[in-house]
Formats: sequence, C-alpha cells, structure tokens
Amino acid sequence: MQTLIYGTYILIWPTITLAVLLLICSAVRKDIRAAKREKRDLV
Amino acid sequence: MNDAGFYQFSTLTVLLLLAAFYGGTYLLTLTIKKGKEDTDAFMVSNHRIGFGMGAASMTATWIWAASFYAAATSGYTYGVSGPLHYGLWGALMILFIYPFGQRFRKLAPNAHTLGELIHARHGSSSQLILAFSNLLGSIISLMVNFTAAGALVSVLSPLSFQVGVIIAGVGVLGYTLWSGFRASVLTDFAQLMALMAIAVVIIPAVLFAMGGPSVMVEGLGNLTSEQANLFSTDAILNQGAPYFVAVLAYAIGNQTISQRLFAVNEDHIKPTFITATIGYGAIVIGLGMIGLMALTVGVEPMNGDMNNLIPQMVSTYLPPVFIGLFFILVIGSLSSTADSDLSALSAIVMADVYGKNLAKGRADPRKMLFIGRLTMVIATVIGIVFASFSLDILVMLVFVGALWGAIVFPVIASCFWNRVTNAAFTWSVVVALVMFCLARFEVLSMTGVVALFFELLASIGAGVVIGLMSFGFCGRRIGAIAGIVTAVAMAFFATDFLRDYTVLLSSLTAYGTSTLVCVVLSLMANEHFDFNDIKRRVGNYDHDEGVGMAVDKPKPGIASYE
Repeated sequence: MQTLIYGTYILIWPTITLAVLLLICSAVRKDIRAAKREKRDLV
Repeated sequence: MNDAGFYQFSTLTVLLLLAAFYGGTYLLTLTIKKGKEDTDAFMVSNHRIGFGMGAASMTATWIWAASFYAAATSGYTYGVSGPLHYGLWGALMILFIYPFGQRFRKLAPNAHTLGELIHARHGSSSQLILAFSNLLGSIISLMVNFTAAGALVSVLSPLSFQVGVIIAGVGVLGYTLWSGFRASVLTDFAQLMALMAIAVVIIPAVLFAMGGPSVMVEGLGNLTSEQANLFSTDAILNQGAPYFVAVLAYAIGNQTISQRLFAVNEDHIKPTFITATIGYGAIVIGLGMIGLMALTVGVEPMNGDMNNLIPQMVSTYLPPVFIGLFFILVIGSLSSTADSDLSALSAIVMADVYGKNLAKGRADPRKMLFIGRLTMVIATVIGIVFASFSLDILVMLVFVGALWGAIVFPVIASCFWNRVTNAAFTWSVVVALVMFCLARFEVLSMTGVVALFFELLASIGAGVVIGLMSFGFCGRRIGAIAGIVTAVAMAFFATDFLRDYTVLLSSLTAYGTSTLVCVVLSLMANEHFDFNDIKRRVGNYDHDEGVGMAVDKPKPGIASYE
C-alpha cells in the first residue's frame, strides 16, 4: 500500500505535466486557427 | 566521467547541442520576423495573445534553472513535503496576481508596463520606483540564468564556465534582439513543449531506473521523522513561510509577469494564469521529487553542492541520451526566462524611462525601438560580466526583496482606492525601506520596546499579505476581515517570538510600514482620483494620435471599486 502511495505521489506530477502539455498544444492550435481566420499575427 | 563523477560530453557534442538549440530557436523567430517591427508589438505583441500561447509563455518564463535545483534541494533537505513547499508557493505567485492583473488591464488596456499605469495614476516618482525595482529584478534574474548555463556547461563538458555563460548570453540575445517580446513568446512555447516532454520522461525514468517506488519505500528509514512527515513544521517554517510572504511581492515586482498580463487577450487572463499555475507547479514539484528520491536511496550530493543532485541522479541511473535531454531541459528553462528578462528590461527602458520621462509623451517610435534593442545588448553584457565574475549579489537580492515587499500595498491600493496620492506612494516605500534595513541588518537592537514595535509592524504586515490575497479573490469585505483577524492573531502570538526570525520580521515590517504610511498620508491629503484618466493617459506609441490620447471610450464599471 505504501509503495502505491509513494509511487502515485511521485508519478502524479509528470502525469499532470503531460495533461497541461496536451491542453496547451490543443489551445495553441486554436490560437493559430483564430489568428488565420482574423488575418492577424499569432504573436 | 569528470572528476566529480558525472558523465561528460565531448566539446563537439556540447557545442552541437547548443548550436542546435539556439540555432533552431533563432530559425523559429524568422517565421515572425518583420522588416519593420512595430514598437508596441515589440513590447506587448498585439494585446491579443491567445490562451495557449499565453499559458505556455507564462509557464516557461516563470520556470528558470534555479527552479529545478532549488526544488530538488528542498526535497533532499525537507523530505516528503520539501518539493511541495518550493513548487506550490512559486506556482501561487502566478495565481494570486491574476485578479489584480485583470484590474490593471481594465484600467490601462493599452499599457506596456505596470509603471506606465502608475505614471498615469501618480506621476514620475512613483513610476520610477516601480521601474527601478523591475530593472534590478530582471538584471539579477538574467545574471542567475547565465550563471546556471556556465555551471551546466562546465560540469557536463570540458568547456569552461565562462564559455557557457557567453554562449547562453549571445544565443538568447541573438533570437530576441529583432522581434523582442514577440520572439520571446513564440520561443517560450517551443521551449516549454521540449521542457515538459523531457520532464514527463525523466521523472519516471529516474524512479524506475533506481528500482521503482518499492526501493523508495525501503529507503524511508533514511529519513528523519520531520522529513517523513508531509506536514513537517520544519519545512513550513524554513521553506514555506518565507516563500509565502513573498508570493505577492515577486509577482508585483516582476515586469515579465505584468508584460504578459498586458499582452494576453483580456478575456483569457484567468484561464491563462490558472493553467500556468498548474503547469509550473507540476513540473517543478515533479523535478523536486528527484531530490526526495536521492534522499531515500542515500545519495550524497557531490562536493556537498546541492545543485549537483539532479545531474548526479540522472548521470548515475540513466544512459547518456537522458543526460543530453537534461542538458536541453536546463538550457531551455534558463533561456526562456532570460529572453523574457531581456524583453522586460527593454520595455521598461522604452516606456518607463524614455517614453514617459525623457520624451514626455512625444516618443519617436523608431528611436524607441532602437533604445529597446540597445537596452537588450547592454543588459546582456551586464549579465555576462556579472555572471562571469561570479559577483556576490546577496545584498542586491535582499534590497530588491525589500523593495518589492514595500511596493505591494501602494501599487495595489493605487489601482483600487482613489485617495492614494503620489506623496503617499513615494514616502510609504521610502519609509518602509528604512524600517526594513533597521530590522534586517539589526541596526537597532531587537530587544524590549524596540522589538515589540517592530513585531507589531510585522503583525500588520502579515495582515496586509493575507488581506490582499483574500481581497483579490473574495472582495473587499472578506479581504478586510481576513487581514484584521490575521493582524490581531499575529500581534497576539508573534510578540516576543518574531524578533528571533530576522528575515521574516524585516520582510513583514516592510509590508506593514508601507501600508500604514500610505493609508495615513492618503487620508490626510483628501484627493479623489478619477480612474478613467488612466485609460486616457496610457496609449499606443505607433498610432498617429500618439501617446496619451484616448483610444476608445472608457468601459462602464471601471470605477466600481472606488
């Protein structure tokens, strides 16, 4: 049980990092589309 | 392996890695390069950066090389709760600023720096205090990041520390110089993607290479009872509490944050900053866990230097390709922060120094752009020189920390309370700095009535910190209640106690003093400022109508806080 708790305690952070990475990638794709649609620079 | 026992790359490999990183980053910026850059875009892009790019840029900027090393050190020193006490409070700095950022943006939608807003609100003296604190902060950050590059290159290759510093400085300047903030944001995204992907791979790789969670559990016997406790008082008092006090000060004192507050699409400020908070927290706490892993398996830091912990663990348990990834991780994190510092410094000199004070509202956009780029070159040279000579910046760090603490209340109050005056702002910061120095450097003996007086000021300071944080999210009433309850509780519990914790006492004294002076002088003056004037006074530099002209009609509801 303690192994599971410590394993989760360590691995939860890269898992959250991966989730944020995917979220940002998807949001940036939307940003690029919106910038193209509105004919303005992305940044 | 080098003398310290680390795996070492050849000179050619490291030069190729650095060339690939900085060359690739430079090529990326060519995709947005314009023959004639806009002055406003050079400082804050188009004020409409989307959620994804904004969140990526904010996260990448806030993560610097020291984040990993300090989080791992915290994990190694304080055990199970250590990484949390480093990463969580650092993340909250991003979170707690956004409610105030939304207000800054409402007041001055076309601002480039927080200093411009304060200039429109108060005038030059208050603005220059803020600009000066921002300048010092960014120079220090630049120097620390270049130092980290030098240390990394010298540890993992035969190249010298100075060569690493110079390559990082020139590399960052090379891709930021032409497009400024726009280049910084675009490259932040690419650097963060690399950084996150590497963190996602490296943390479990180290864990399983050393034998998995079961080996960690077996090694728990190496921990003291405090280190094994998730709610360790030792970790809270020595790592968490001093960091918690600085949460608002770091955010207000950092132009890299306000620059992004003014650049992100106004409707996306909240999701952008919440995502950056989670992203920063996860990466930094995760890498901090490597310090905890080192503690459980009984690894001793090479030469007693805690900064060696992560490279040592990666070098011990993983093949060379992972060390290459770690190398890119650190170079990416320090470069993304350094390019943001260069952009921040250039915006401060362009807008706060030249635009508002030298040109006095008649700024020439082309000259401004030249000044911005020149600032970047000079700042890079200063950063490289300071880093190369490993100058002792402790006094500078202490002073900047005090300055940031002293300006928190005056800056926030100036944006919500229409009675704060320029004199109240300026004198509150000056008096708070003097009081801070008296406490921090123990100019006065901290005994008897003197110590009691400072403890009472510090109690008010604690009330201000909690009150402002609560005010940001829950409004004026709850903020006031939380602040008063905290101040009273601190006055009761902290007297005869805080005097033994000089750093905490002096930091809180700065908050308390600046608040008292600011409030008293403001109430004595009986001025009533119209917040709509700010929007009229802060404009774009490229537009024909010039700075200081109204760009659009004030939105209703702006004065709702008055």
